[in-house]
Amino acid sequence: MRYLPLTQTDRAAMLRTIGVAGIDDLFIDVPQTARRSEPLDLPPHQGEIEVERMLRAMASKNLAACDAPFFCGAGAYRHHIPATVDHLIQRSEFLTSYTPYQPEISQGTLQYLFEFQTQVAMLSGMDIANASMYDGATACAEAVLMANRATKRRKAILSGGLHPHYRAVTETTSHFAGGIVQAMAAAPDGVEDLVNMIDDDTACIVVQTPDFFGHLRDLRPLAEAAHARGALLVAVTTETLALGATLPPGEMGADIFVGEGQSLGVGLNFGGPYLGLFAARSALQRQMPGRLCGETVDAQGRRGYVLTLSAREQHIRREKATSNICTNSGLCCLAFTIHVALLGEAGFTQLALLNHQAAIVLAQALTGIPGVTCLNKSFFNEFTLRLPKPAAPVVEALALLGILGGVPVSRLIPDDPGLANLLLVAANETNTDQDRIAFVHGLREVLS
Amino acid sequence: MMRQGRPTNPGEAGKDTLTTFSGHRGLDHEEPLLFEQNADGRCGVDLPTPATMANRLGALARTGTIGLPGLSEPQVVRHFVRLSRKNYAIDSGLYPLGSCTMKHNPRLNEKLARLPGFADLHPLQPISTVQGALELINTLAHWLRVLTGMPAVAMSPKAGAHGELCGLMAIRAALDARGEKRNRVLAPESAHGTNPATAAMCGFSVDPIPADARGRVDLAALKAKLGPDVAAIMVTNPNTCGLFENDIVEMAKAIHDVGGYFYCDGANFNALVGRVRPGDLGIDAMHINLHKTFSTPHGGGGPGAGPVVFSQALAPYAPLPFVVDKGTGFDLIELGADAGDATPFGRMTAFHGQMGMFVRALSYMLSHGGDGLRQVAQDAVLNANYVLASLSGDMSAPFPGPCMHECLFDDSFLKDTGVTTLDFAKAMIDEGYHPMTIYFPLVVHGAMLIEPTETESKEALDQLISVLRNLAQAAKAGDLARFTQAPHFAPRNRLDETRAARTPVLRWRAQE
Repeated sequence: MRYLPLTQTDRAAMLRTIGVAGIDDLFIDVPQTARRSEPLDLPPHQGEIEVERMLRAMASKNLAACDAPFFCGAGAYRHHIPATVDHLIQRSEFLTSYTPYQPEISQGTLQYLFEFQTQVAMLSGMDIANASMYDGATACAEAVLMANRATKRRKAILSGGLHPHYRAVTETTSHFAGGIVQAMAAAPDGVEDLVNMIDDDTACIVVQTPDFFGHLRDLRPLAEAAHARGALLVAVTTETLALGATLPPGEMGADIFVGEGQSLGVGLNFGGPYLGLFAARSALQRQMPGRLCGETVDAQGRRGYVLTLSAREQHIRREKATSNICTNSGLCCLAFTIHVALLGEAGFTQLALLNHQAAIVLAQALTGIPGVTCLNKSFFNEFTLRLPKPAAPVVEALALLGILGGVPVSRLIPDDPGLANLLLVAANETNTDQDRIAFVHGLREVLS
Repeated sequence: MMRQGRPTNPGEAGKDTLTTFSGHRGLDHEEPLLFEQNADGRCGVDLPTPATMANRLGALARTGTIGLPGLSEPQVVRHFVRLSRKNYAIDSGLYPLGSCTMKHNPRLNEKLARLPGFADLHPLQPISTVQGALELINTLAHWLRVLTGMPAVAMSPKAGAHGELCGLMAIRAALDARGEKRNRVLAPESAHGTNPATAAMCGFSVDPIPADARGRVDLAALKAKLGPDVAAIMVTNPNTCGLFENDIVEMAKAIHDVGGYFYCDGANFNALVGRVRPGDLGIDAMHINLHKTFSTPHGGGGPGAGPVVFSQALAPYAPLPFVVDKGTGFDLIELGADAGDATPFGRMTAFHGQMGMFVRALSYMLSHGGDGLRQVAQDAVLNANYVLASLSGDMSAPFPGPCMHECLFDDSFLKDTGVTTLDFAKAMIDEGYHPMTIYFPLVVHGAMLIEPTETESKEALDQLISVLRNLAQAAKAGDLARFTQAPHFAPRNRLDETRAARTPVLRWRAQE
């Protein structure tokens, strides 16, 4: 077996050194009833050629986004990833290193985490950011737990524009942690009265912008109302690129920002691994979940970086930790950091604008189809269409034409007849004119 | 994996006398932060010029700058290549971190995870367009069920601790379904910190179980703590001392007799894979770290993946989503209303789990096959016992062997030398090794936990053994300079962790 270096000669010599007759003697502590001498019912080992053939066969049964006019979003966004990103994250020293617990020989990881934290803080307009969470949805759930700790209250109010998976993960997590969640009804028009929901038991309100339906939300009045009652504002974004074109949550008064960083450097990956972004005001830093990287000096006074404020974390505080999180999304942070470094100020804002314009052009073209209307007054690169018939079968029919034409709202929010005809459509910089034309023609054909 | 949070003051450690004009030291370059390399107007991508058109951003367009630096592509490449060279990695050396399973990461797995048919799939594409992806998840789930002897598996948890949370949520849901409020979870003192932290996140109080003189759960103490308010026990097996819990079947019976559930922390499954099935031990739930046992890369701290296998008793409560094989094709159950007889406790994550990790893990499993995976466990256990036997004369092992996939030493061999476990670990860095896990588990003093894994050759182990033997002898001979000032030969000497925590600097800011 190509991954196993020991030879039979090695094994025999090692058993002699240990002083046992055979390998079974090393499993002597396993109860007799649980020792398996028979091999399991699984196929035998195979070479690279055979394994690659099997997995390629599975991959070929899927319609990859690169092989279709592609307009899906709803929390996962496709963008061009510069070739440099994947090359650099495959450097052995990044790919095959562990969590940087020995800082003297982990400065590479620690420095990029410090850079990542700075980029996230800059983009979100917040003071500080952590070194990532699993994904946007789990970051959102952790933000609610953090708000409960910080305010010593336990009620969270979730906007009806919050991504339904984020809502579900937050509800599940809070339910088991003893929190109370009040979720507003889905708000496809981007209009809801959150301010009047806030009371003196409210730990936080959680608002997404651009929201699930694509509307940009002005957080300022919400921050003001929350703060007036001693509650926190948790701002969520599932498309971090939007921060290149829109007012950042920190400037609108958010206390905690969580987001999905997948759209920069990470790719679609059928939903994972993704990258949870988590940022906050400085005053809340000791309530943060997850790893934090900080600057310090070494014995010679040279600048260096370490994981810090670990007295919040499970390996020190155990049941009193701010979270149970241990693993983060290290390599996805690196991909994000490299992509954002390549873009820089000019590239980031330009890419954001190109996405916004692609969406404007697409919305104009699609709403030219009879019976198709757009619900959005404002949007970034994604908007909601109302179709003259249920959206789910329309998307299936488009797939038969080889077009990945958005996500039906009913896939995430079922059993609401008022939402059945709604279709989420996202544009991005990789869409060509031909893609758009194919989509418009396809949708026209399917609806006719 | 774990390291007690001991702030270190660098003091006078490691002052080198020779300096260079540039600050670089040969191949080790001092590298400024990205933000210190900015030039306005420079960019690492070429994008089309946006058109002139009215925006649809309402009154919410960004007005200020972000503050990101401008760098060209070659500058970005050099920056990250230079940073990479400041890292230790499994590809460059043996990485004996106990409890972390730092094994070789095959590149075939990386190649296959990047096939567009997996990597370039949107999670909410029509189900008809992702049949191969669902087939892959279903195939991996099958392997996990067979390897563990458990009837069900939840694939969506994103890491080990997330899997623990999934397991305890299922236990809470099962208790709720029985109409029982049980609030106590028992966990050994030697448990990973994630165990008590997870139990607390699930609203349980945590009651520690002491270890016995053999480094195992004290069965009598465990039984004395059992009662009708105990929801579950959480036991790592093999445990964090590297020992198989040989009373595990009795433990399972004892917890089941009082109506509780048995959660097993599967972080150390590498010792058992192909040889012992947790399902034969009476376990109700166990997470599997794909980034440990099944070789998906650790990536500097993530991403991981933590699928959870369930017994029949807990299977109905497994979270959304899950894949079903309809015979004619695969379906993805994303909503409670579609779950049939099952009663999922909720949702752990957006979308469906760590697909990228699933591809890598399945590639690894198919490469090894059932026979190879059994050999993995055997070689991992053999390597650890070989290290234990070879060093028992020079270092001090608190518990006799055989051990499983990792071997534990304490600091009694350093008594009166003036060298601490931390010093010993830092001296290993100068010798070209990543240290073992130190100060964990907490049940022995000055713990050093070594997990060689099965992908190390006998020659590599012999070199490690000779280095550790030499260091142990040097400590006893009073050669303090090799320890208290170490490391000398790393990109940095010891870092001031106290200063980092007292005056946190968590981001770069432009000089005013």
